[in-house]
Amino acid sequence: MTKSKDDGQLTRLADAARTGGITKREFIRYSVLAGITASTATGLWSTQAKAAPKKGGTFRWGVHDGNTSDTHDPGTYVTRQMIFLAHQYRSYLTMINPDNSLGPDLATEWEATPDAAQWTFKLNPNAHFGLSGNKVMAKDVVASINHHRGEKTTSAAKALLTDVTDVMAADDHTVVIKLGRGIADLPWLMTDYHLAICPANDDGTIDWQSGDGCGPYKIDSGEFGVRWSLSRNDGWHGEGAYFDKVEMIILNDPNARQTALVTGDVDCVSLVELKTLSLLERNPNIKVDNIPSGAAITMPMFCDTAPFDDVNVRTALKLAMDRKEIIEKIAFGAATIGNDFHLSPVQPYWPDDIPQHEYDPEKAKSLLKKAGHDNLKISLSTADSVFSGAVDMCVLYAEQAKKAGVELQVVREPNDGYYSDVWLKKPFTAVSWGARPTPDVMFTLAYKDDAAWNESHWHNEKFNKLLLEAKSELDDTKRAEMYREMCLLMHDDGGTIIPFFNNFVYARRSNVMHGDSVAASWACDGARAPSRWWFEDA
Amino acid sequence: MGDILRLVLKRLGLGLLTLFVVSILIFFAVELLPGDIAQAVLGQSATPETVAALREQMGLNQPAVLRYLHWLAGALTGDFGVSLVSGERVTAAITGRFINTLFLATYAAVIAVPISIILGVIVALLRNTLFDRVANVLTLTSISSPEFFLGYILILYLAVKSNYFPAIASLSGDMTFAELLQRTFLPALTLVLVVTAHMMRMTRAAIINLLASPYIEMARLKGVPPWRVIVKHALPNAWAPIINVVALNLAYLITGVVLVEVVFVYPGIGQLLVDAVAKRDFPIVQACCLIFAATFILLNLAADVGAILTNPRLRHPK
Repeated sequence: MTKSKDDGQLTRLADAARTGGITKREFIRYSVLAGITASTATGLWSTQAKAAPKKGGTFRWGVHDGNTSDTHDPGTYVTRQMIFLAHQYRSYLTMINPDNSLGPDLATEWEATPDAAQWTFKLNPNAHFGLSGNKVMAKDVVASINHHRGEKTTSAAKALLTDVTDVMAADDHTVVIKLGRGIADLPWLMTDYHLAICPANDDGTIDWQSGDGCGPYKIDSGEFGVRWSLSRNDGWHGEGAYFDKVEMIILNDPNARQTALVTGDVDCVSLVELKTLSLLERNPNIKVDNIPSGAAITMPMFCDTAPFDDVNVRTALKLAMDRKEIIEKIAFGAATIGNDFHLSPVQPYWPDDIPQHEYDPEKAKSLLKKAGHDNLKISLSTADSVFSGAVDMCVLYAEQAKKAGVELQVVREPNDGYYSDVWLKKPFTAVSWGARPTPDVMFTLAYKDDAAWNESHWHNEKFNKLLLEAKSELDDTKRAEMYREMCLLMHDDGGTIIPFFNNFVYARRSNVMHGDSVAASWACDGARAPSRWWFEDA
Repeated sequence: MGDILRLVLKRLGLGLLTLFVVSILIFFAVELLPGDIAQAVLGQSATPETVAALREQMGLNQPAVLRYLHWLAGALTGDFGVSLVSGERVTAAITGRFINTLFLATYAAVIAVPISIILGVIVALLRNTLFDRVANVLTLTSISSPEFFLGYILILYLAVKSNYFPAIASLSGDMTFAELLQRTFLPALTLVLVVTAHMMRMTRAAIINLLASPYIEMARLKGVPPWRVIVKHALPNAWAPIINVVALNLAYLITGVVLVEVVFVYPGIGQLLVDAVAKRDFPIVQACCLIFAATFILLNLAADVGAILTNPRLRHPK
């Protein structure tokens, strides 16, 4: 076994940061790259500027997207309520740091065999479950991962772990994960929100029902769809947990969230209505965080269905979109421009040298002519539930595409059952994707030729070959080059238009403080605001 | 009195039959919705295998008729089953929410019913005066505005601008009763504004209708003061339509408040029902709908019994 850890590179980066030799952006980018193989690429940059946090207070957190029918079962985590709550009372093996690098959570260090097909995780011996007080053992981790595997599992994370062949406890605090093929990203995958560690039962299943976990806080009381009261899990194995108590209040209605924040009934809300963003920013008691994320809006076209089977048509449709106008009018500026490859600037391996697809109706027209379409008529399916403004975006795109000689008919589908009856069934749709931790996960999920969710029916031999090769490549320079090439293929040949990546836009009272940078994996500092933030006047 | 008892029993029997029909309608309406619970639970991240596994686990592979009969057999013995999504017992999931809904409905009714009837009597007395016009315009405006709009107006003036009341109800277990009344005042007030007009105008109309009757004319000619004419002579004969409209509005306070619950983040049964429908969680949907149906049946029965009791001719039929 070789220790796949590059302390030297990290030290060099930290030195460069200290002497001002590189910008913060470069620092974060490089440390993310280093973080793929380093076990503790902790947020060195943010520690430089971070003011000393204060302990105390009750953090009242208004959270959107919560149902009464939600549960503690990590296999069915789907709403923000479940995901945000999970990051308070449960822990994961690894976590995304505030600077978007990878850091330790339950696992203090990890290493791989040279082919990346076997990984060993060492657990923090201080980690314990908040309610029972029991130490977190390797058997708990094994059971928690196995919860998402096997034929009978109903877990949504099953697809993520298909390559895992065995999970075993080497000793009380060491877990070994064996893979069918090398996966260099495995430590990143362990940050997936489904893979929360729960206490194991004697029969090897997990006890998710009791709501016990090994996170920074423990549940005192609560009800799904209403509110959760948590208090600090004393002796938590990680850093932070500055608030004494956390009240998570489910506020699904955008106006209720906004008024609760303005009147001071809550200290932070997880989502802000973009239409009134500029008004909210004027309020001196409120601070807004507008954070670029990896969550994308995609518009897949079936590459095996006419007229999209012609790459000229696909490129023409990519060029017929004025993304800047869409970002300005639909996302109210709170978005990062897309370039038709599914990787955002805040994610690892983002290539910065791929030319941006600009609005060029003339070129689109000539491409369509080349493909033999003088007057292209197509329909685009969408629904209000895809994201707020989805229908408006498609109508605006239809207007823009008119100049390229495309007659785009926007079909408004019912919200209910959109993802079972429209997505993957109609040839041209609008879709919203949550961020995935690495390009490998995203590409394998929705762009690989045999993926169940290959939403554009895209079959590119070179892409699929590169994807498999990159999976087990532990050399970062080579991997970055492979991902750049894959992105280029999606950009030039792929069947998916990516208008933009959503920003996370959330707001807090001005006495709530956070570090210099916040994680972009979820809203509110990677869903870890309660354990990372603090009150200025506590 | 025996007649009333017979009527009540007969109506209760018919009520049970209605509930049975409602349960069939609801079950098959949920079945008709596109997608099923397994897809709804797994959402966008459903794969064919996980959906199949979840269907198996939830027993969705049985034919619909069989699942309905299974539910019915349980319901007849008082067992409404468990939520398909969370595995929680339906009675446990609903009880707390239903108590919250009843509390808010009672709070609103205690304010709204006396106010509307008293206002109705006063505007009947002062009909076609400025007071009558103003009261009518105000109550009609509030009933004509959507509830969420009324809620936002109240939040704007009573919570954001003046800070008298909290903008969200935000109930927690350790509140005192006074605190509870204060925290839920805005949602209760919204409901009061919504139901007042209907009851007040019915009271006014019922009384004014009677004022043309000969016996009122007689009372006036005897020199009875106008307020006594209305309260002592007209009102007793106007009770039947008033009780009917009060009962309808009480039913509305229990079954129609989901928008108010959303605006004020009040954990009532309406929100539970909406969530359950979105997830196709049939046992919860069924239980909530049966509660709503039973509310209407019981309140209508109460209204009819009330109308009989206030009418001596019906109380003592020849």
